[in-house]
Amino acid sequence: MTEITSLSLFELIKNIKEKKISSNEVTKSFVDRSEKSKKLNAYVTENFENCLKLSKEFDNKPNFDLKLPGIPIAVKDLFCTNEVRTTAGSNILNNFVPSYESTVTQNIWNEGGILLGKLNCDEFAMGSSNETSFFGNVQNPIAKDLVPGGSSGGSSSALAANLTPVTIGTDTGGSIRQPASFTGTVGLKPTYGSCSRYGIVAFASSLDQAGPMSKDVKDSSILLEVVSSFDKKDSTSIDFKRNNYSSELTRNIKGIKIGIPKEYRVDGMPNEIENLWKKGIEYAKDCGAEIIDISLPHTSYALPTYYIVAPAEASSNLARYDGVKYGLRSSGESLIDMYEKTRSEGFGEEVKRRIMIGTYVLSSGYYDAYYLKAQKVRQLIKQDFDQAYNKVDAILTPSTPSSAFKIGEKSNDPVSMYLNDIFTVPVNLAGLPGISIPAGTDKNNYPLGLQIIGKPFDEQTVLNIAYSMEEKIGYKNNITDWWME
Amino acid sequence: MDGIMSKNNSEYLIERNDNIYEVVIGLEVHAQVTSNSKLFSSSSTKFGAEPNTQVSLVDAAFPGMLPVINEYCVKQAIKTGIGLKAKINNKSVFDRKNYFYADLPQGYQISQYKYPIVGEGNVILDMPEGQKQVGIERLHLEQDAGKSIHDVDPSNTLVDLNRSGVALMEIVSKPDLRSPDEVNAYIKKLRSIMRYLGTCDGNMQEGSLRADVNVSVRIKGSTELGTRCEIKNVNSIKFMQMAIIYEANRQVDLIEEGDEIDQETRLFDTKKNETRSMRSKEDAHDYRYFPDPDLLPLEITDEFIDQLKSEIPELPDDKKKRFIDEFKISPYEATILVSDIDTAKYFEEVVAKMGKNRDMKLAVNWITGELFAVLNNKNIEIAQSPISAKNLAILINLIKNGTISGKIAKTIFELMLDGDKDPQIIVEEKGLKQQSDPKALEALIDKIINDNREKAIEYKQGKEKLFGFFVGQAMKASSGKANPQLINEILKKKL
Repeated sequence: MTEITSLSLFELIKNIKEKKISSNEVTKSFVDRSEKSKKLNAYVTENFENCLKLSKEFDNKPNFDLKLPGIPIAVKDLFCTNEVRTTAGSNILNNFVPSYESTVTQNIWNEGGILLGKLNCDEFAMGSSNETSFFGNVQNPIAKDLVPGGSSGGSSSALAANLTPVTIGTDTGGSIRQPASFTGTVGLKPTYGSCSRYGIVAFASSLDQAGPMSKDVKDSSILLEVVSSFDKKDSTSIDFKRNNYSSELTRNIKGIKIGIPKEYRVDGMPNEIENLWKKGIEYAKDCGAEIIDISLPHTSYALPTYYIVAPAEASSNLARYDGVKYGLRSSGESLIDMYEKTRSEGFGEEVKRRIMIGTYVLSSGYYDAYYLKAQKVRQLIKQDFDQAYNKVDAILTPSTPSSAFKIGEKSNDPVSMYLNDIFTVPVNLAGLPGISIPAGTDKNNYPLGLQIIGKPFDEQTVLNIAYSMEEKIGYKNNITDWWME
Repeated sequence: MDGIMSKNNSEYLIERNDNIYEVVIGLEVHAQVTSNSKLFSSSSTKFGAEPNTQVSLVDAAFPGMLPVINEYCVKQAIKTGIGLKAKINNKSVFDRKNYFYADLPQGYQISQYKYPIVGEGNVILDMPEGQKQVGIERLHLEQDAGKSIHDVDPSNTLVDLNRSGVALMEIVSKPDLRSPDEVNAYIKKLRSIMRYLGTCDGNMQEGSLRADVNVSVRIKGSTELGTRCEIKNVNSIKFMQMAIIYEANRQVDLIEEGDEIDQETRLFDTKKNETRSMRSKEDAHDYRYFPDPDLLPLEITDEFIDQLKSEIPELPDDKKKRFIDEFKISPYEATILVSDIDTAKYFEEVVAKMGKNRDMKLAVNWITGELFAVLNNKNIEIAQSPISAKNLAILINLIKNGTISGKIAKTIFELMLDGDKDPQIIVEEKGLKQQSDPKALEALIDKIINDNREKAIEYKQGKEKLFGFFVGQAMKASSGKANPQLINEILKKKL
C-alpha cells in the first residue's frame, strides 16, 4: 500500500470508513512525517500529542457519518483555536492563547477533523513568500531555499510535503492561490461571505476569505463543503444555498463558456507563463469548454487599488494590538510610550509598512484622493467581471506571473513582491471565487498554476472546470524529501 | 455677574462697553440607549456591576472577533428619531473612528459619520415667554468606550470595560439655543421625550446622559456665527449652564480686548468653575473615519419604520394638548404634569380613580402642591411616591363630597405617608369625619354664643372682625371637624 501520508483526503476518508486504517494510524503517519520535516519550518505550534490522543478517542467511538472522520488537519495560524496558541505569525501575539474557536475550524472539528498543528504564515497574512513571519522562513518542499509562497506558506509547504492531508488558508489578495501555485497544489478562495470570518485574525476585512488547500480538486470540494457556512456571528457572511460540492462534482463541462481576459497578458510576463496559459486554453477546449475572448478593462488598476484598500483596513484592524489587553506588552514611561514600544517590537517591517500606508491613505486631506478613489475603482473592477459574466461562465488566467523564487530574492523589494499578486487581487476586490490548480512547470521544474475565476457563489462551476482540467493536465509533484535526514 | 441684562426670564445677553452680545449654543447630547445588551455584543449593560464583569470577547476586541448589530438598539434609535419628529434614513453606515486610548479596546470607536440613522428633526421648548423650536441636526448610533480609572492604584491606570460597547445615541442640535435657561429646557425636554419612549432613562448621575456643549458669541442682531469652542463631556445641566456662562463671558472678554477666539476643545473644571483648553484645532485628532468593513450598511424599510411609529406612545406635546382640551387645566399646569412621564402617569391615574365627579383643580393642586413638596423633601421620584395615585384620588374625593375639610385633608395626608393608608380608614379610625349636621352645629354654636355673650354684643355693634373669633371657637369645639361653610352660614344667622 502507498504511504498513508501521500493518500488524498478522499482516499483517507474511504480507508477509514472501510476500517482499513484507523484514525490513529493516519495521525501517527502525519505526526511522524511532520517530526522529520522540521527543516521546512512549516509549523508554528504543534498539537501532535493531543491530536494522537483525540485520534484514539475517535477510534474508540468512531462516527463514520462525519465528513472528515478522524482526519488530522493542520491549519494556518491565523485561525483562532481554543486553548491552542494562535500567533498570526507575529511577535505581538507570540504567547496568545484564545479561549474561543473560529467558525471555520469549528466546522472542521464538528465533522470529525482533529487539529494537528498551527502552520506558519506571513505576519498577519501580509506577504507573498512567508518571509515576513516572526517565526522564520518556510521552505518550499519543491526545492531547497525556495519560498513556498504566501501568506499561507506554511500551509502550502506542509501540504506539498505531505505533512497534512489538507489544510485551510486565508486569502486576502492571493494568499491561498499563490502558495498553491508555488507548491504544485490546489487552493480555492471561495466567494466573499461564503466562509465565516469569525475567529480569524483580521487583515483586511472586506477582502479576507478562508478556503481549502489540498492535493487535488476533489479534496478541495470535500473541505469546502465543511468550511463554508452561514454564520450570524459574521455580519458579512451570506446566507445562500450551498451545494454538496463533492457529490455534485463532475468532469462534464461540455458547453461551458470560459473567458480569456486580454488584460492579463501583462508586460514582461515570462514566456513560460504565456505558454502555460495557452496550454491551459487547449486543455479547457479538450474538456469541451467554449473559449471566448473577453476584456476586463480596469485590471491594471487592481493592484494599486488593492494596496490602498487592504492597508487602510489593516491599519485599523491592527490597532487593537496595543499591549493593553493581551499579547506582547513592552514597558514604557507612559501610555503612549508603552504603545510605541509594544508596537515597534511587536510588529515586523512589512506590517509596519502597511500600517503606515493605510494610515496615510485614510488621513484627512488624502482620504478622497486615495481611499475613496480606490473604492470607486473597486466598483469598476467588479463591474468588469459582472459584464464579462454576461458572456461567460468562468474565466481562465495564470495564477501568478512567475514560479516560486528564492528566499531573500525579493524581500528587499516590496513592489516586486506585490507584483506577485497581480492576477489574484482582482478576484478579492470583486469578491469572487477563484481556484489555482497546478498546470505545469517552468524551466527549473518548479510548479506553475492556472487560475479559474467563477461567478459569485458558483464555486461548483469553478470546481467542475478545475476537476475536469486537472485530469487532462495530469500534473504530479516530484518531491524528493530532500529536507529529511 | 456684571453687565448682564435680561429683558425676560430666559434671555441671556452680555453687555460690554455698549456692545450687547448674545450667546449661540449647540449641544451634542450622548444618550445611553435603554437596552439590556450592548450595541454589537450580547454583554449586559447593567449599571454598577463589578469592573470587567460585563465584557465579551467582542467588547474587549479579541483577535478575530466581529461586531453584530443589536436590532433592539436600532429600533430604539429610530423611535427616538420619531419622537424628535425627524427623518429616519433608509440607509445608514457605521464608520470607524480611529484613535488610541487604553479604554478603547478596538483602537477605534464604531460610530456613524457621513450617513447617520436619523436626520433633521426638532424639539419644542416651553419657555416662560412662549414656545421655542430647536432644530435637530442628526442622531446617530455609536459605541461607548470603557473607563480609565486613575485614582485607585498609585502607579497604574486601571481600565474597566463594562461600559465598552454600550450603545449611545448622539443627538446633535442646531446652534439654536441662546441661553442657559434654554439649555436647561432643551435637555429636560429631550430627556422627557426619551423617557416617554423608553429609549433612554436620562439618568445623569449614572452617565446615561452627557453633552458636549458648543458655545460662541456674537453681537446681538448679527446673523453670522462666531468662532465656537466645544466644551467636552459635561454631565449635569447645572454644570452645562455654569460652563456656558463662563465660556461666553471669556469669549466676550477676548473680543472686547481685540483678541481672536481659537476654535478649540475645552474642558469644564467643576471645582474652579472655569473652562480650560484641552486641545486646539491644529492638535485635533485625525480620526481617519472610514466605513467599518465588518458591518454592512444598515438598511431600514418604510414598513419597519411604520411599524415602530405605531408603537410610539403619546408624547409630551400631544399629552399636554390633550390635558388642556380634555381636563380643562391651564397650559402651565399641563406643562408641569407632562414634563415627566411618571408624573403624567400618576396624574392620569388619579383622574381615572376620581371617577365621574372628579375635581381637576383639586387633583392638580394636591399633586403639584402637597405631593411634590413631600417628594422634594424626601428627594425621591414620583414613581416611588409613598402615597399611591388611588389613595390620593380617594382623599380628593373625600374633600370634594364634603366628608372632610381641606384642613383635615392635610392632616390625613400626613398620616397617609406612613404605609400608603386608605384615607377612608384613617377618617373612620380617627373620627375625622366632617360635622355637617346643621342641628348639631346649631346647638354647638348656640352654646358658644351663650358662653361669649359680651363678644356677641360687640359684634352686633359693628366689631365685625370678631366673626373670625366665633369661627375659631366653633372649629375648636368640634376638634376641627365642623364643616366650615355651615359654621359660617349658621353664625351669620345666629349673630
